[in-house]
This record gives sequence, C-alpha cells and structure tokens, in this order.
Amino acid sequence: MSALAVAGAIEAGLLFSLVALGVYLSFRVLNFPDLTVDGSFPLGAAATAVAIIHGVNPFLATVIGTFAGCCAGFVSAFLNVRFRILNLLAGILTMVALYSINLRVMGRPNISLYGENTIFTAFEGVIDLGIWTTSAILLVFAIAMKLLVDWFLGTQVGLALRASGENPAMARAQSVSNGRMTIIGMSVSNALVGLAGSLFAQSQGVADVSLGIGTIVTGLAALIIGETLLGSTKVFWATLGCLIGALLYRLFIAAALSAGFLGIQAQDLNLVTAVVVAIAVILSQARRNSRFKFWPKMRSLLMDTQPQKG
Amino acid sequence: MLSVCDAFLTFNPGTPLAVPALRGVDLDVEEGQFVTVIGTNGAGKSTLLSAIAGDVRLDKGGIYIDGQEVTNWRTEQRASMIGRVFQEPRAGTCSGLTVEENLALAASRGSRRSLRNALGRGGQRRRLADQLSRLDMGMEDRLGAMAGTLSGGQRQALSLLMATLLPMKILILDEHTAALDPGAAATVLDLSAEITGEQKLTTLMVTHSMRNSLDYGDRTIMMNGGRILLDVHGDARKGYDVPDLLDLFKKTTGTEVEDDQLILS
Repeated sequence: MSALAVAGAIEAGLLFSLVALGVYLSFRVLNFPDLTVDGSFPLGAAATAVAIIHGVNPFLATVIGTFAGCCAGFVSAFLNVRFRILNLLAGILTMVALYSINLRVMGRPNISLYGENTIFTAFEGVIDLGIWTTSAILLVFAIAMKLLVDWFLGTQVGLALRASGENPAMARAQSVSNGRMTIIGMSVSNALVGLAGSLFAQSQGVADVSLGIGTIVTGLAALIIGETLLGSTKVFWATLGCLIGALLYRLFIAAALSAGFLGIQAQDLNLVTAVVVAIAVILSQARRNSRFKFWPKMRSLLMDTQPQKG
Repeated sequence: MLSVCDAFLTFNPGTPLAVPALRGVDLDVEEGQFVTVIGTNGAGKSTLLSAIAGDVRLDKGGIYIDGQEVTNWRTEQRASMIGRVFQEPRAGTCSGLTVEENLALAASRGSRRSLRNALGRGGQRRRLADQLSRLDMGMEDRLGAMAGTLSGGQRQALSLLMATLLPMKILILDEHTAALDPGAAATVLDLSAEITGEQKLTTLMVTHSMRNSLDYGDRTIMMNGGRILLDVHGDARKGYDVPDLLDLFKKTTGTEVEDDQLILS
C-alpha cells in the first residue's frame, strides 16, 4: 500500500470518525436509530460548497455546513417528537427529502471546489507536512469534536440526555423532558455529520449529491468496531472508540482494495461495509445472548467434527 | 397537601378490553402524613399513584398538590413536587450512569439544566458521599461505579436517596421493596421510614403486605375495584391487626381476600 493510499485512508477515517461520533449520540446515547445521516452528510458538503464558490470565508462556510446538518437533525427529531412519527421513519423521510433539497442547494448534481479557498488551503501556509497536511488538520478536528462530545455529555443537559435515552421513565421522574432531549441530541448529532460532510467536500475538492449513500453504515461500522475494542460503558472510551474504529475501518478497506483481496474493487465498498456491520452486530449479539452459541457452531462447521459421544 | 377528587380512569375505553381502574377515588392527605396503600392485584393502587405522578391522565376528576391543580400537567412538570421510587430497582436509576451521575441528575430535578459540568467539585462530591454513607450500604466508596453494577437493594436505596435529595411535596413509594429479597426489603423499608420521619415528608406507599401497611406510617388505605374501601388513621388504627383488616375486607365486599401474598406477608 502506497503512502498516498495510507494518507487517503487516514483522511477518510478521520472524516468518518465525526460521523461515528454523531451516530454514537443518536443510536447509542439517545437510542434513536437515525437514518437522517445519509442526507445530512451530503447536505453539509453541499451547503459548504455553495457558500465557498460564492466567495464566503471557508471557516464561515464550514459553520454553515455544520448548521445545515443541525437543522436536518432537528427536522427528524421534530417529526418524531411532535407528530409521533416512528423514529426510523422520521429519519428516512428527512433523508429522502434531503436528496431533493441537496440538488436544490447545489443547483446541479455536483460542485467542484478545485482551486477554491478551503480551510485546508488556509492552513497550508501555516503547517506543511506534505501529503499528511490534510490528515493533521482533520486529526485536530476529530480530537476537538471527541473532547467536545465528552464535555457535552458530562454537563447537566448531557446527563439528562443520557438518562432520557436509556431510561425515559426515570428521566421523566427527574423532570427531564424526553422530547426536548431528543431534539437537542439529534441536532447535535447531525451537526457533527454536517461538519463531516463539509470537511469532506473541502478536503476531497468536490460535493456530490450521491455522497451520502452508505454514510450511516460506515458510521455504524466505525462505532461497533470501536465498542468492540474499547468497550462502550464510559463516554470517554466510547468516543475514543469512534475515532479508532473509523481509522481502523478505513485502513482495513484501503488494505483490502490495494491487495486486491478477494478481488474487492472501489465499487464494492458499500457491500463490504454492510457485510462487516452485519457480522459485527451478529457477533456482539452472540456474545450477549448465551443461548445463541455462535462459536461452537462455527467451529464444528469449520472443523467438520462430530460432537464426541460420552 | 395532596387532594384527589372524584377520580375516574378506564384503560382501553370503548373496547372489549376496557378496564375501569379508578372508579371515584377521593383522597385528602395532610402535610407530613405517611399513608400506606394496600389492596389486591388490580385494586387500583398503582394506577392511583401513577395518576398522582402524572404517568396516566384521569378521565374525570382532579388532582391538587399543595393547592395547585396539576391534573393536566405532564410527569416531568410535576417532578419538582414529587419524589418517586419505582417497584423495579432498574427503573428508578440509570444503569449506564455512575452512582454520582445518577445523584447529580436528581440534584438538578425541577431546575433548568444548563451546560455546566454536572459533577461539581470536591465539595459536592463529599456531600454526596456523606449522604450515601448514611444509607449504610457501602456505596460511599463507589461513587464512580456504574449503577448497573449495584445490587437490587443498593439500587433501591440509591433511588430513595435520589427521590429525597431535594425538598419536595410528596414522596411516592410504589411497592419499592417488592422486588428485593427479604433482608434487603427490610433494610430499604426501615431506611424509607427513617428518611420520611426525619424530613417529615408527605408520603404515599403502596405495599403488598398487610403487616407493613399497619407497621409503617400513620394512615392505612385499602383499595378494591378502583375505590377506597377502608381508611383508618389516628387512634382507631392502633387497635388494628392483620385479621381485622381481613375481616373488614370480608364484611365490606362479601368475599374473602384471595390474594395469598396479602395474607401471608
């Protein structure tokens, strides 16, 4: 694997660690299976790209992209809380609507940011690490957002948010409004995803309407890998897991692509992602549910041994 | 302090599964009174408590706390007036939060939550540890432990502390020892009596045990079929024993108490 491929994988990993943090907030903390992500990621990219080609300061453009994601999360949460639409469906509705909205925002299917001012070109004068410059900047963002989420979940609102996701009845008895918490949590979650989209567009130099397909699955893959490695009970480790999970996942994909492992090509990425997530979920369930003995079954299948007779 | 006026409530109204849970309940509880509520399964005890806490809305009637009508308030709006311990130890605490975080959540009940760090500095931590050590359950050294790792008795004691951490109008204990082993149940029950006595809390406690309903508190209510069947307090109550309650039940309803648990425990 070339250094360039490694750098690319690390960039993608760091970008998706932001998605993983968002998915952690919705899926895990709030217990809200949010599919808005597939729409809010390209929305962040689209909003930022349009702002940048209109000459807006790239930092402000990044804020705009983040805020756009935040609004998308708000809409899904509002549909769920105010109109009692099933959370899964609320996310899907927003996601579908966002496809059209993203086309409207951009005015065309994609926008190239080649040669435009982005936050990466702004930093290039300050730090120059060759092909690692983008990774370094993204690393700062990823760590900053991890720490921000850690801090947020430790505040009074953050505690209420965690309680609301885990035990709504108890949260209510402690004067927590579960609806309000869903709205706050979903907005923050999708703001992170919008930020990821915004940084994606700026680092890759393009915003595309089809960018979002599979974002949620990649985010989940990163989250689950992180949980498996670092555990999921303490916030600090869970958020660190998002970072490490996303990095490992993208590096693994890059390695598989470059080695021609099983003939995997770039277009197979979403299939591979889905399969990895499915296997990870099955394994984590197998570990929790002792009646479902996955390994003994697998072992007997693989080794083709008959159960010994006593 | 608490008034329930002519409360009616039917679950699944208008369907074949309609269950009339409350059929005209009137109850006035004075400030500082400890009321035990007893009754067979389906008598409406838990429904009455849920209605007071706000989990279910009355079809008809009103609920007043300290002169304020709260009939249509949501649970979270009433929460500043009501401390509550649930039957299931897992229900009243958050497994994924530490002991300290659970207490911090309870400490901000009723006030607007901000973006301040929920866990205060050393001072608050010491105060919480002091409170925990009063429970005598060995939790003062486990502030950082996840609540999910505590025993059932510890979790109910923590729940009780969370419910009584801040000043409030009414404490609701909904069979809060029913899921515990006898030893832990006795400890938690004594702890409840101690805390309510100390802070002179207005308390409603549902219990499944006739014995406990007479031994604890200063007023006993027996419910049956969604109505209050019997209400004893003051000197009259001192003369009561379990067989008297059983007799009274038989006299008023014309049937024997069939719930074994009520008689045996």
